[in-house]
Amino acid sequence: MIELLSQHPFIAALGSLALLGLAFGSLLGFAAVKFKTEGDPIADQVEALLPQTQCGQCGYPGCRPYAEAIAQGDAINKCPPGGETTINALADLLDVEALPLDAEEESVPSVAYIREDECIGCTKCIQACPVDAIVGAAKHMHTVVASECTGCDLCVEPCPVDCIDMIPLPTTVQNWSWELPPSAEEAITEDLIATDRGNSGEDSKDRDQAA
Amino acid sequence: MRKIWDIHGGVHPPENKTQSLQRGIENAGIPPVLVHPLSQHIGAPAAPIVEVGQSVLKGQMIAEAKGFVSVPVHAASSGTVSAIEHREIPHPSGLLAPCIVIDTDGKDEWIELDPVDDYTALEKADLLHRIRDCGIAGMGGAGFPSAVKLSTRDDAVIDTLIINGTECEPYITADDMLMRERADQIIAGIKILQHLIQPTEQTLIGVEDNKPEGIAALRQAAEDSNIEIVVFPTKYPSGGEKQLIQILTGREVPSGGLPADVGIVCQNIGTTVAIHRAVQFGEPLISRITTVTGEACSAPGNFEVLLGTPVDYLLKLGGFNQQQCLRLVMGGPMMGFTLKDTSVPVVKTTNCLLAPTTEELPPPPPAQACIRCGLCAEACPVSLLPQQMYWFARGKEYEKLEDHNLFDCIECGACSYACPSNIPLVQYYRASKAEIRKQQQEKVKSEHAKARFEARQLRIEREEAEKEARRKARQEAAKKKAAAGKDPIKAAQEKAAAPAVDPAQAAIEKAMAKRSGEAPQESSEETLARLQKAVETAEKRLESASAKLKEAEAADAPNLGALQTAHERMTEKLAKAKEELQQHQQVSSGASDTNDPAAAAIARAQAARASKEDKSPLEKAQEQVASLEKRLTKSEQKLAEAKESGSDTAEVLEQSTAKLREKLDAARAELAQISESEAPVAAAASTNDPAQLAIEKAMAAREAAAKLSPEDKARKALESLEARVEKTRAKLAEAEESGADTVEVLRDTLAKLEDKLAEARKDAGVEG
Amino acid sequence: MLADYSVLLISAILVNNFVLVQFLGLCPFMGVSNKLETAIGMSSATTFVLTLASICSWLTYEWLLVPLGLEYLRTISFILVIAVVVQFTEMVVRKTSPLLYKVLGVFLPLITTNCAVLGVALLNINKEHSFVESALYGFGAAAGFSLVLVLFAAMRERLAVADVPQPFQGPAIGMVTAGLMSLAFMGFAGLV
Repeated sequence: MIELLSQHPFIAALGSLALLGLAFGSLLGFAAVKFKTEGDPIADQVEALLPQTQCGQCGYPGCRPYAEAIAQGDAINKCPPGGETTINALADLLDVEALPLDAEEESVPSVAYIREDECIGCTKCIQACPVDAIVGAAKHMHTVVASECTGCDLCVEPCPVDCIDMIPLPTTVQNWSWELPPSAEEAITEDLIATDRGNSGEDSKDRDQAA
Repeated sequence: MRKIWDIHGGVHPPENKTQSLQRGIENAGIPPVLVHPLSQHIGAPAAPIVEVGQSVLKGQMIAEAKGFVSVPVHAASSGTVSAIEHREIPHPSGLLAPCIVIDTDGKDEWIELDPVDDYTALEKADLLHRIRDCGIAGMGGAGFPSAVKLSTRDDAVIDTLIINGTECEPYITADDMLMRERADQIIAGIKILQHLIQPTEQTLIGVEDNKPEGIAALRQAAEDSNIEIVVFPTKYPSGGEKQLIQILTGREVPSGGLPADVGIVCQNIGTTVAIHRAVQFGEPLISRITTVTGEACSAPGNFEVLLGTPVDYLLKLGGFNQQQCLRLVMGGPMMGFTLKDTSVPVVKTTNCLLAPTTEELPPPPPAQACIRCGLCAEACPVSLLPQQMYWFARGKEYEKLEDHNLFDCIECGACSYACPSNIPLVQYYRASKAEIRKQQQEKVKSEHAKARFEARQLRIEREEAEKEARRKARQEAAKKKAAAGKDPIKAAQEKAAAPAVDPAQAAIEKAMAKRSGEAPQESSEETLARLQKAVETAEKRLESASAKLKEAEAADAPNLGALQTAHERMTEKLAKAKEELQQHQQVSSGASDTNDPAAAAIARAQAARASKEDKSPLEKAQEQVASLEKRLTKSEQKLAEAKESGSDTAEVLEQSTAKLREKLDAARAELAQISESEAPVAAAASTNDPAQLAIEKAMAAREAAAKLSPEDKARKALESLEARVEKTRAKLAEAEESGADTVEVLRDTLAKLEDKLAEARKDAGVEG
Repeated sequence: MLADYSVLLISAILVNNFVLVQFLGLCPFMGVSNKLETAIGMSSATTFVLTLASICSWLTYEWLLVPLGLEYLRTISFILVIAVVVQFTEMVVRKTSPLLYKVLGVFLPLITTNCAVLGVALLNINKEHSFVESALYGFGAAAGFSLVLVLFAAMRERLAVADVPQPFQGPAIGMVTAGLMSLAFMGFAGLV
């Protein structure tokens, strides 16, 4: 055998490569069975980042289906309620480029409000609400439980008398927050050259926190 | 001399405290209007308990605390409530918030107070309640409800009580003046706190060394007590709670923890006085000492001012010159904020009104690029990395910010002060903190929404399932009714739809058998329902029995024994009922499949009927007759032609014509029959069905068959078989002649028929 | 003996660092260094593959190719070995950490073509390493690769939020940084 191989190096080369291939192939076959993966854990993680308004503005019926679609490779920029924050978080999770939002503008957080004297009690909005935030009975006035409303505006469309308004959440002392100051570099290019330091502009009045 | 620790970083801004220390505390008097914001503290806003037009007395509660972390609001002077509305409040946002507005009457009439002579006789809870009801919130700056801060858990041992008299921020001298003039009240307040907290080791007052007079006054007042006044070098921001604790005790409050975690409670000196007045005289928090200072004020000083006093009223007392002042700051120059309007009121946390001239406190020059000098990191009292956090804040990398302990930042402004590029670092941190909090809230909200959405989906699914179950039940009931109605037509209908071509007798027999097979099944279902109901009622009874038993046990009622036996009986009954149910289920599961073929047959029959429904049999028959007549005339024509020309196909044509005639006759007969039967049953829609037809045929055939004797029957069958064999033979011959490809099939059929014939002959022979 | 091994290890990690001194494996070095997390994942995957491939290729060479006199087949058979090890790693990573799998994306299969892996296998033969030596050499190379990748990723993370002059933004500043790092690693030349 050895002699044959040493006399015919070509056969030896072929044989040894075939042997290697066979051994490795069986190893991989074993691994494929042993480390079989099922399910899609990524969809869960994606879903955790979505705002759960269930508004369907992404074109999918709810957040879970969109999460699954993203896990399958759909674009991450279809969620207006989540806006830039969600896109960035998704881009971070999936390690893809953050795209600009696939809508004209980020939807402002708002709540639905039913003009109650116009409501005819058709219950259409109640059926449309994905989070059961509208209460009322047939032929009786309905009303929105503001604390449960996600502002998805799914109830606006079905209303036959157009008595539902989306009211942007007001800024109160409780939810007001500081804004990020304009970046230093922008400020420099805008109104100042290096030698101007010390000459204060009127517009810096609002940034007095520092000193 | 006790050991003093040092904190990391810190800055030394110009102090500017002497201006406002020239005079003693002056009373600011009663302004014509008092504005009481409902939210002057950290936590939930208070809820108004007065109405517009109501007259109130000084010290009367006008808004009550809502929730645990909240404090009430009291009227600072007597007068009438003129409005409860949104007004500008002292807040960096400059937003409006609900306020109670009081038009004062100048009488300054006190409400009846409830002083305590001996607070040591009071329970801890009583004391805390008193402090809370007097509306006391931390007066150092944050405004955290004092009662909440003082209600330490019972298992937490507090060894040190620290009173914060540091007042490290420039310009502010309110606490300094308080120490100088009311040291005895401070000490009295501390004694109440000592009683409340029972510090096991020590009580310290921390004061910076730039207040020698205050220190002297405190020392004198605290002479014969166990309160120690600790003096340490001036440095900003030593006055931060966690910083002061570190300076005085060397202990570090853990990140995200409270001072109580290291056995310490810390209170501001102003709060101490307020607590003293609240406990000893029952006076709620309606006034405070506020410093009015800055070069734009000609008469700077400290004023004892009623809460709710508009800022412009107070500024007038301080000789404020609007022209000189570019911006008005509430609080100190490091942590204060600019007021956008001078009509805002003084609130519980207003320790200073700073009206600097433009030269004194120029607006910050525009921020320049970070040069990574690291001065901010050196200045940070919490040992954070301000520069790194600045980059992350700009890049909106909130996770990284949290990793860099952004939430340990006390927003003291030391980094911004130290920054040579004038970068408003603190504002970056404030914005980022707010954004992170917002995201967390949104996260909570989205989880909540998700839970609700899923609950809704579940509910909808359940409802669907219930609807489906109800529909099924209805269907079942209808079927049962049909079967129980002993309707042989219906039964046969099932059969007729089946593709079987068996003799009618067999079909009807089969249908009958099926029905009778169904009957016990139906009754078994009934038993199942009955048993289930029995189990349910037994369970319910058992439940109520056990409830009663429990009640009786609790009340130790005399009928306990009787109830117990009843309960036992119930349990037994339930067990029995369950057992029966189980048995029955086992039995019926075996029987249940007998139901299936019948159901399948029905389904098939329905499908078949549906597909043929558009044409009534009468129409069909008529059509058939018409077409047959057409074909017959055609073939007769052909036959005549063939005969004329003497062609050899004449014979074949003659045969087929005869056949057609036969067929036509049969069709006509059928038509007649149909039109006959159509008349009486026209009302019933189902009579149009082929199924109905089949049933009728079957019945007719049965009747005919019933009249025949078995021999006759056999003979008839034999005859028909012979006829069929003949026909097939003829067809085969024809096919062989024309070389059609149906030859094979025909041969097969012929062979089969011959077999059958042989069998039938044998049968007939045996029978005959 | 131990001294020899430690010298070999240090030489592989620092002095003859595969990325910054021998310029092998530059593709993942530039490609997967945008985020620290990804870089750490890539480093651990590469470490695993490199060490295992180094051992496997040595075994293949010594036990299969040399006895049969087929030394000239070493390149092709090493590629085979490496491909299999990478495939195997991919399966394991996919099972144990799906997110890492997703994050590593195309780079995981690309370890196959990471020239550092084939480089180590061939260098083991050239330098006539023993079994232990080649395992150590493989591990050292991987450790060196991981070290510079993680360092570089940490720097790039900070560069991402820094004010970089317009012409240098993006990969340009990355290249500059890599060059500076390489210069720094030259300083280890006298160590062994």
